[in-house]
Parts: sequence; C-alpha cells; structure tokens
Amino acid sequence: MIAVYSRKLLGRVGRVSRIVLEGVPPTGRKLVYVGLAIVLVIVFMAIAAPIIAPHSPTAPSGRPLEPPSREHPFGTDRLGRDVFSRIVYGSRTVLWVVAVAVIISSSIGIPMGLISGYYGGVVDRVLSMIMDAVYAFPSLVLAIALAAALGPRPENAAVAIAVVYIPTYFRMVRGQVLQLRETPFLEAARVLGIPSTRIMRRHLLPHLLPTIMVVFSLSAADAVLTEAALSFLGLAVRPPTPDWGFDLYSAKGFARSAPLLIAIPGFMITVLALGLALIGEGLSERVRRTR
Amino acid sequence: MREVLRIEDLTVYYYTLRGVVRAVERVYLEAGRGELVAIVGESGCGKSTLGYSILKLVPPPGRILSGRVEVDSVDILELEGDKLRHARGELVSMIFQDPFTTLDPVRRVEEQIAEVLLEHGISKEEAIDRVYDLLRSVGLSERLARMYPHQLSGGQRQRVSIAAAIALEPRVLVADEPTTALDVVVQKQIMDLLDSIRREKGMAVILITHDIVLAAERADKIAIMYAGKIVEEGPIDEVLKEPRHPYTKALLASVIDIESREWPQAITGQPPDLRKPPPGCRFAPRCRYVFDKCRREEPELVEVDHGRRIACWLEERRL
Repeated sequence: MIAVYSRKLLGRVGRVSRIVLEGVPPTGRKLVYVGLAIVLVIVFMAIAAPIIAPHSPTAPSGRPLEPPSREHPFGTDRLGRDVFSRIVYGSRTVLWVVAVAVIISSSIGIPMGLISGYYGGVVDRVLSMIMDAVYAFPSLVLAIALAAALGPRPENAAVAIAVVYIPTYFRMVRGQVLQLRETPFLEAARVLGIPSTRIMRRHLLPHLLPTIMVVFSLSAADAVLTEAALSFLGLAVRPPTPDWGFDLYSAKGFARSAPLLIAIPGFMITVLALGLALIGEGLSERVRRTR
Repeated sequence: MREVLRIEDLTVYYYTLRGVVRAVERVYLEAGRGELVAIVGESGCGKSTLGYSILKLVPPPGRILSGRVEVDSVDILELEGDKLRHARGELVSMIFQDPFTTLDPVRRVEEQIAEVLLEHGISKEEAIDRVYDLLRSVGLSERLARMYPHQLSGGQRQRVSIAAAIALEPRVLVADEPTTALDVVVQKQIMDLLDSIRREKGMAVILITHDIVLAAERADKIAIMYAGKIVEEGPIDEVLKEPRHPYTKALLASVIDIESREWPQAITGQPPDLRKPPPGCRFAPRCRYVFDKCRREEPELVEVDHGRRIACWLEERRL
C-alpha cells in the first residue's frame, strides 16, 4: 500500500520537476542544485534534530556564556544552554513557519489569480482591487501588525507572513493567465464542453508551474527573513522555544563578549534565505531567456 | 429531410470601445444529416463569429442579440451552465485552423481525447477503449496514443483534434478553416476524413473557409457571406453553375482557372467597416451592377428557387 502510494508520489514529483526544469539553461540548473543542497541540509538538520543535537535546546547544559569547546561547539548562551543544539532545533521553527506561510499564501493566491485572470470582468476587478490594497502596505509593517494583533505563536506568525505574500502569487498567476487565456487549446477545450474548473486546473495550471516555482522559492526566501524579523521582535515564538531570529535578539547584549551568539543565528538565517533564493534565481533563468 | 441544424435570425454584435461591430446580421441557415455546408467569405466577414455562435461561444465583447440555433430541435442559445457545457461536445463541437496550437502541449494524445469522454460522464474503462477506437477511426495508429503533441505532424494533430471533437458523436461539427494551415496533400486527406465521418455518422459539417475552390469540391450546400450577411445560398452545383449574386460572381472570377487561360479578376475595393456599414446593400460600393435602389434599401435574403436564396435587388428586376 505504502509502496504504491510512494511510487505514485515519486512519479508526480518526477513529472513536476521535469516540467519545472525543462528549458532551464545549465547555469540556472547549477544554481538550483546548489540552493537545493543548502535547503536539503537544513531540512535534514530539522528532521534529525534529536540525533544531531548533543544537548537539550531549552535546558542549561553548562555555565552561562562558555566559549566553544568540544562539549559545546559554539559555546553556551547567557542561560548556559548549548548554542549548537539551539541552532539545530531552531531550524524546525523557521522551516515550519515558512512552509506553512508559503502553503497558505500559495493555496489562496494561486486559485484567486486563476479565477481572476480566467473569468475577467467584474470578478477580476474586485479581486485585483483587494489584492492591490494588500500589496500597497509595506510588507514587513503589515506582517508585524498582524502578528502583534494575533499574538506571539508560530502559527500566527505563519498566517501573518502568508497574508503578506498572497498578492505576489495572485499577481504573478493572473498575469500569466491573461497571456494564456486566448490560446487555442483552451478554446478547443471549451468547445468540447470541458468544465471551466477543470480547464483551469488541468490546462492552465501546468503551464504556470515554472513561474509558480520561481515565486514559491523567492517568496520562501523572503519569508525566512520576515520570520526572523518577527521573532526578533518577539512576535513569533515564546521563550524558551529555540528560534534563530529570537536567539539573535537574546544575544544582542553580548556582541563584544560572545560574538558567536549573534554570528551563528544570523549566518544560518542568511544561508537558508540564500539557498531558497538560489533555487528561485536559477529557475527564473528560463523565464529570462525566453523573454 | 428533417434538418439537424437550423439557424434562425441570428444577429451578433461586438461592443468594442470604438463602436458596435455588426459582425453577423439576420442569418438563416440549415444543414441536414450528413450534409456539408460551406460558409465562404473573406476575412472579417463574420463567418468565424457565426461558427462560434453555433456553440454559444462568442468571445467578449461579442453578444448574441437575437436568434435561434437549433440542433436536433434543442435551442443551443437558450441553454445555460451545465446544460450548455454538455451540449458542447455532445450536440455540437468544433475544430480549428491551427492544429499546432489547439492541443495542450503538456498532455498526451490519449489524455486529451479521454478527457472529453470522462467529462461527459463516460466510465474510465469505456473511455480507454473508445480512445483507441477513435484514433483508428481518424486513421491514426494506436502507437500515437502515448505521444505528446510536439511529436506529431500537423496532419496528425488535426486528426487528433477531430478525434476529440467527434468523440461524443455530436450532431453538428463546425470546422473553422480546418485545412488552412496544412499543405495541399494533407488538406485532401483531412477533407476525405471529414467526408467519411459525416457520411458514416450522419453528422452535419459546417465548413468555414475563405477557399471557394475547396467548398466547390466538398460541399453539398454553400452559403456566401459578405460583411456579416449571407448574400447567396443554395446547393453547390447550382450556385457554381449559375451564380446570381454579383459578389458570388466576383468571387468565382477571382479564382485561377488554368484551362480558361484567363487572368483571375480581383474584386476592387475593400470590404466595409462593420462599425458603420453602408446604407442599403453592403456590397453596393464594390458592385459592378449597382443602381440607385441598392444604395438606399437593404435587400433581404429571399428564396428564388427551391433551396436557393439570394439577397440582391437585381433579382427583383429579373421578374
């Protein structure tokens, strides 16, 4: 049973990745692979956190502010907790928040963009107006306001970030649909009595996939930074939950005495954002080339 | 014989920002079982709009103002929502000019044909069988089922489009310039295929074309369209033997005839702007036989002989 399902899933992943990578020039592919490697390492770290981390991320395992040693590779923080373990576990928080945010915003933004572009008219005007209103806000300010209103929990942070990126998906998808709307094969499908919902899902969506993947990874990269900003402001997690952005905040008084406390979380945030951005940049080489 | 398709008093306008385009006006047309009716006219005369109207699929800003399109006594223009969706494909369907763009490039041939069957409530097992039958009936090997459109030639693609269009055995098939993008040899093959399908299944085919020679070879009936109106209509032999509308005469004179060693005669002037068509007969400004009544009053399409209808004031003079 599981074997059947996993084969089906693998088949689908293979098909999607074929569509997505089709026509991406070699230079772009290299970027994609490097980015993918970075992201996969961090994902692996999150999954295997209990195996990798030598200590508990929340309980003290040494004296405060210890320098790096064999016992504590990156030293300890002001409460004596192992920095390395906190980084390893912290990846779970970021990835979870970013994944949920990206899934929410794409699963709202993409269908809305499809509907708006495909039907046009009044529907399109109303949806576009709402989206433009959201888009007009400075994204970080909007996320901060929403997260503050909802309270400091990871799922609230995810929702706040999601709202910010819905218009990005919407605009991208709508623009592409407008270009594709008049293509003869959609006309041919209509002539044969194929329902509009199916035309959108099966005949439009696959053609949008490459662009969607670009937006997907670029907005995820952006979401990593937004999540870090929210948690830096104490709007994403409550202590003692390990989180890179919040650890950065907690370390701000020790920049001179224990610079690693700031450097390590900051570095991790940058690397994860970079990995996701590389995937997006690589994939977008195809779009750029055809232009 | 009871007609399969009956169009009555059909009027379609496009409401563009730069004015109302009177694309199709007061059109009447019938087609019987297995009949091939050619609609011939130059670009922009409204023949494609007429074709789309048969499926109630006029693209915005077009609007069907009035008329009936009856297929097997069902008025397509009255249908809405799911009923309309089912009528498309089951009662009427359509094939297009460019077979290179009418197939979804990311779906296999079999998926594209099966989709039509599945979306009209046919079970998966049956659909799979039918796909192979359909491929065979349009003269394609079953091997092509697993291929993607880019692996096929133009003729093969048009055959796939036809297979999808006839999958549900509609009563009427609208063929909008189905061979224009193909070379002559393939053109003949596709037309032969359409001929055999319509004879076998009793399907009426509405062939929309600018090629009067193609129409002459294949059609049972011909309707000549000019500036949104049908100007002459009748059985193909009679119309070709004795064209009576000046525009039909001009069209026939514009065809190269190798045997007669005469130069083809171009039709002078331009078709009128359909936003403000000339008063009276729309062909009057280009007509060689024009007289003052033509510029004042618009001639109606009247039956002059059995099954023969003409919209021209000259007919009145003959009497």
